[in-house]
Amino acid sequence: MMKDFTYHKVSSSTVSIHFDEDKCIGCNRCVEACQIDVLMPGDKTPKVIWPGECWYCGACVMECPIEGAISFRHPLMNQARFISKEELNK
Amino acid sequence: MNWPYVNEAGKLFEEHCDVLVVGGGLSGCFAAIAAAEKGKKVILLEKGGISRCGSAGTGFDHWEMACTNPGCKVSPLEMTLALEEEQDYYSNAIGHYIEAKDGWDCLQDIERWGGKIRDTEDEFKGAAFRDEKTKLLYAYDYESRYTLRVFGTTFRPAIIQQMKKLGVRIFERTEATTLLTNNNTASGVLGFDTRSARITIFHAKSLVLCMSRPARIWLFNGDIPGLSEFRPFQSIGTGHAMGYKAGMEFTMMEKSIRGEFSAYGRSFPPYGTGNNHNTWYAATMVDSRGVEIPYVDRDGNILKTVEERYLPAKGQKFFLKGGVIDEPKYEWRGPETLPFDKLMDMGYKLPFYADLSSMPEMERKAIWGLMVGEEAKTRIPVYDNYNKRGFDPSKHLLQSYGTGWQSAAFLEQERQLFGAPGGMMHDWNLETSIKNVFAAGDSLYASDCAGFACTSGRWAGKHAAVSADKDYEAVDMDYVESEKERLLKPLNNEDGLDWRELNLAISKAMQNYCGGIKCDDTLKQGIDLITSFKKEQLPLLKAENPHELVRIHEVSDILEVSEMILQASLARKCDSAPLSFKRSDCDPSKQKEENAYLVISKKDDQIKTYYKPHRFYGDIEEGYRSHEVK
Repeated sequence: MMKDFTYHKVSSSTVSIHFDEDKCIGCNRCVEACQIDVLMPGDKTPKVIWPGECWYCGACVMECPIEGAISFRHPLMNQARFISKEELNK
Repeated sequence: MNWPYVNEAGKLFEEHCDVLVVGGGLSGCFAAIAAAEKGKKVILLEKGGISRCGSAGTGFDHWEMACTNPGCKVSPLEMTLALEEEQDYYSNAIGHYIEAKDGWDCLQDIERWGGKIRDTEDEFKGAAFRDEKTKLLYAYDYESRYTLRVFGTTFRPAIIQQMKKLGVRIFERTEATTLLTNNNTASGVLGFDTRSARITIFHAKSLVLCMSRPARIWLFNGDIPGLSEFRPFQSIGTGHAMGYKAGMEFTMMEKSIRGEFSAYGRSFPPYGTGNNHNTWYAATMVDSRGVEIPYVDRDGNILKTVEERYLPAKGQKFFLKGGVIDEPKYEWRGPETLPFDKLMDMGYKLPFYADLSSMPEMERKAIWGLMVGEEAKTRIPVYDNYNKRGFDPSKHLLQSYGTGWQSAAFLEQERQLFGAPGGMMHDWNLETSIKNVFAAGDSLYASDCAGFACTSGRWAGKHAAVSADKDYEAVDMDYVESEKERLLKPLNNEDGLDWRELNLAISKAMQNYCGGIKCDDTLKQGIDLITSFKKEQLPLLKAENPHELVRIHEVSDILEVSEMILQASLARKCDSAPLSFKRSDCDPSKQKEENAYLVISKKDDQIKTYYKPHRFYGDIEEGYRSHEVK
């Protein structure tokens, strides 16, 4: 008999997605859509257990039936800069 | 915390099918559908979830070389010959000719299944790139019309529905770990359930391997490993590793290029910075003063209008542009902005920006909204995310970083298998050197992009179906038992190593011993080091659950592939520009004989290499005709 499996959140300096507890209906469609399996089903919302393994494809948000239940952000270092044309010509 | 899924570690199951497809990306889905259409019992294994997996699970924006589409003015043969010459004959002409001949058929299939390949809502009515009758949208060369802009986010749901309709049995969360053969003929694959740890013997009469290509070889970050490479994090070349272990032949494995995408440090999210390549062609670029950077034709003449950026030069039939083609030879060179060094000499100021605001509205919408939006990893990460951050393409300029257009600044030793790298050697049936093992998509040598994946998948699936009219081969149960032990062993290593430590060590070793400039001594040291990792460190890795076991299996595969890359590099003794291969101890006397495909395989731990001449596939049109399965 094999031993029981356990897991714990593996911390990472960046986390790509956050759940809005008030909006998430806990359907776990995002858990099933993630091809890396970085998410685990949770009590109210799924939990991001392996945030560092996310490849930032956005499939979880694409498959989410509730607008705004999952918010996606790039690591700060990867937030490309844009400026208005007026600013450029100043 | 307690594992929420069932624990089936140690249990062994068995499944049977005619054709087993391994990998659920585009090539795998097309292979499965093609085999099922031939009436075969098909099983498809996918390591992730099927809904949005693969490199193009969240979309793709353009379909290259669809030479039989109704608007195209380039023949499949002309296109294939151009690519052959452009890539100095290290080109997958078999795959490209199939792509050029069958691409339009595949697109029409996708449309029948429910995907969107035309501007049915007339969003781009009147645009120069739109054919008003067919409503097809073209990209890059608007004159020759061989590349189509497509609505790739709609493809995946349509394709999956079609697979289910045809009765393809899909095993999600199933990592293929081991290729099973008998007398160099396919007998099946071992599958590992990534949630329950159950192991299944998938008996099959023929196989199609669709597991893309190796990654995390030179580039790895232990903190944010998911951003190490361009492709999906868990797509690391398991097909290559299992094939190599089973004695399969590979070619061009010594080819690697300086990194282009790795967003943990030296580049940005793909398609997310100001640039004018690929998805972003032909964006207007400006410098920090707002001065426009000129586009020139292949003779250096400045183009005055945006329209001219999409047209071939006078007397030129077509130009090559898109995925893998970066700086084509004169014959196929299209419009391009002036080279970076020249711009510096001329006094242009950094940073540069992409300025979609000054482009005609249709061209702006085609880049921001259609291409950025439909391309993989752009709908949510770039299009939605940037819009939410307030980006308005009609008002804002998006910055470009570094000294080139790729917004990347990699070192020579930070390498990737990119730009049509090596892969499985195959014949006209897309059959590998192991009988009844077929391959498609980026598993194949010198392959690239979505159209190639779909068309090669379909072709391989048909051939796998034909080859499945036979009995099952025997499975070596002693080997299955030893594999079972290997796959589960890390659960017993409580105080062992974290898999990330070993992946980090591999990437550093490969940067040190198989970097931009190679030589016999360093390559041999690299082989020694990788071998010692395999023997001494790999057995120490620890896991608490199936998820971590998968990461360990991947590192094991990365070691296997690294060894193959080192051995292939050691075998090639002379520099080769087309293969981005450079040595400090180059032997120029070998240049002529080595101007060919280096084929590598391993049997009983002995490495075997030989050279196969360019154009080994014979006459292209005849090859296609005589191997086509109707």
